Amino acid sequence: MLDNSPRFTALPAAPGVGYKPQHFSDVMNDATPVEWLEIHAENYMGDGGRPIAQLRHLSEKFAISVHGVGLSIGGEGALDADHLVRLKTLCDWLRPASFSEHLAWSTHDSHYLNDLLPLPYTKATLSRVADHIDQVQEVVGRQMLLENPSSYLAFDESTYAETEFLDEVAKRTGCGLLLDVNNVFVSATNLQIDPYAYIDAFPVARVGEIHLGGHDEETDDHGAPLLIDSHGREVADPVWTLLDHTLERAGPRPILIEWDTDVPEWAALAEEAERAATALQKVPA
Amino acid sequence: MSVSQTAFHSALLDASQDVPGGLSDGLGQPAGSRFAVYRNNVAVSLTEALEQSFPAIAKLLGPDNFKGLAGIFLRKHPPDTPIMMHYGAAFPDFLAGFEGLSHIGYLPDVAQLEQALRTSYHAADADPIAADALQAVDPDRLGELRFDLAPALRLVRSPWPIHQIWAYNLEPGAPKPTGGAQNVLILRPEFDPQMTPVSDGCAAFITALQRRTTLAEANDLAVAEGGDFDLSHGLGLLLSGQAITRITFGDAP
Amino acid sequence: MSKMMKTVAIAGAVTAAIAAQTTGATAGSKEKCYGVSLAGENGCAAGAGTTCAGTSTVDYQGNAWTLVDAGTCAEIELPAMADGTERKGSLEELDRDLPS
Repeated sequence: MLDNSPRFTALPAAPGVGYKPQHFSDVMNDATPVEWLEIHAENYMGDGGRPIAQLRHLSEKFAISVHGVGLSIGGEGALDADHLVRLKTLCDWLRPASFSEHLAWSTHDSHYLNDLLPLPYTKATLSRVADHIDQVQEVVGRQMLLENPSSYLAFDESTYAETEFLDEVAKRTGCGLLLDVNNVFVSATNLQIDPYAYIDAFPVARVGEIHLGGHDEETDDHGAPLLIDSHGREVADPVWTLLDHTLERAGPRPILIEWDTDVPEWAALAEEAERAATALQKVPA
Repeated sequence: MSVSQTAFHSALLDASQDVPGGLSDGLGQPAGSRFAVYRNNVAVSLTEALEQSFPAIAKLLGPDNFKGLAGIFLRKHPPDTPIMMHYGAAFPDFLAGFEGLSHIGYLPDVAQLEQALRTSYHAADADPIAADALQAVDPDRLGELRFDLAPALRLVRSPWPIHQIWAYNLEPGAPKPTGGAQNVLILRPEFDPQMTPVSDGCAAFITALQRRTTLAEANDLAVAEGGDFDLSHGLGLLLSGQAITRITFGDAP
Repeated sequence: MSKMMKTVAIAGAVTAAIAAQTTGATAGSKEKCYGVSLAGENGCAAGAGTTCAGTSTVDYQGNAWTLVDAGTCAEIELPAMADGTERKGSLEELDRDLPS
């Protein structure tokens, strides 16, 4: 167990936006409510060139959150030692305000599948995930935040609720949690549980960051709603309402707007960030 | 029943396999098409990654052909790294070996050019020498110089007009390719890779310098390959492209 | 060519190459250029980025794909083989017709 600071993050309890290179000039020049930016670690693991030069520049103006998407913490196999070193290298030079990854797997037999794949919640997977997080925090040399996934199906073999699983992992490893409120809404709809009960069961004291993104609406074989976490549109109204409930329980937290497909003009992201700022203003500090 | 990641992984990439058992909709009904969400996420995201990395190939083949081909490639060659900017290194060779495309002989070389552009874009930064650093060298010993070239430098040699084909597909108003072989030198003076078609002699010159021959040897090899090679032009390209990062005598590394 | 003549030729070529370089910009304008260059355009050389989102686009998982006539390759007429065999139509010789 490493640094067990109670705050779990050095990000401000303010809106942030997922950074896209096409927004560089807007981000640098606009007086926006955005105080921090999140980047995907893997996009800054080239050897040089514009991406790294931009990031260096951005980090002089904004607090940066490094969000990994490729570590496969929920994988059955060992973590990729080379990838861990790359994460450490990035965190060492960038000194980000936060580092987070996902409760998911994406690599198997050295194949990287470019998706956040689900795992069952059992004693065996709990101890494996906890071991992996111990290893990450050891190598990268800092505390991490672990994010709850979007689920499209459930495992019959699961013996823990997701909230219990995350709570237990966090207690064992000292890691913080990243609470994606849209993921909660998506998973709860897809698996027909109550999203408010999920938030009420979530160990909110360990939440270092909140994510919000848009989702698509589909249906499954039986006509039941099936939401897809597409990050390709505005955050849905019921997710904003669920955010209000979350903030009432947790208090103010850093809130990220994620928009990763059909990325709009910067103004649309700034508008979403404004809405997050309004939600934060309603919460007593 | 427990679902191994081996079973999950194998069913993800092969839709003819049954959805693994032990997966449900949360209310006890089999997961069914819900598993397809993960299948789509994998296949669509990798197809899109290839489209972004090989835009000229995508235009040459058209969207439906490209998607079909990408679907075969991504199942045969899934990424071996989470760094998606590197995905697709095997694509040019895959195109070269794909029987149904052998009548479009230039495709692999155009893909090679796109791959070279991308690796150049992400290559390490390096400080170039100033042009007058060469002025400071004793003129009698200039021929003995060896050069370090920038990590972002790439050279793609082809019997096809690959630069014309690339431009026709990606640059508005570029003329239709007319034929002829093209070698393309890629330099990255700042952040954007710049392409310059170069002669056989010039290509031989760059290749020799990459092998760390002396300037005089590189010049001899270039002239031997293309009698009209002009050393001042070849050197000028490298200097203006900020591609020379160190000059040394002898073969010390 | 004698060694001496080669040495003179190389020195001449180096001098010409240096002379052809444009003179350096001032520090201030360099700084400004750097800012513009840093922002860049949506360069098609960057390639793909990562994703942590899902998609509602359906992949039809077709393994029975066959090439149909489409795309710009149908507009380009070049010989089928780089060595000039199986030529389509009448095309000029494969000359290396480039500068330098």
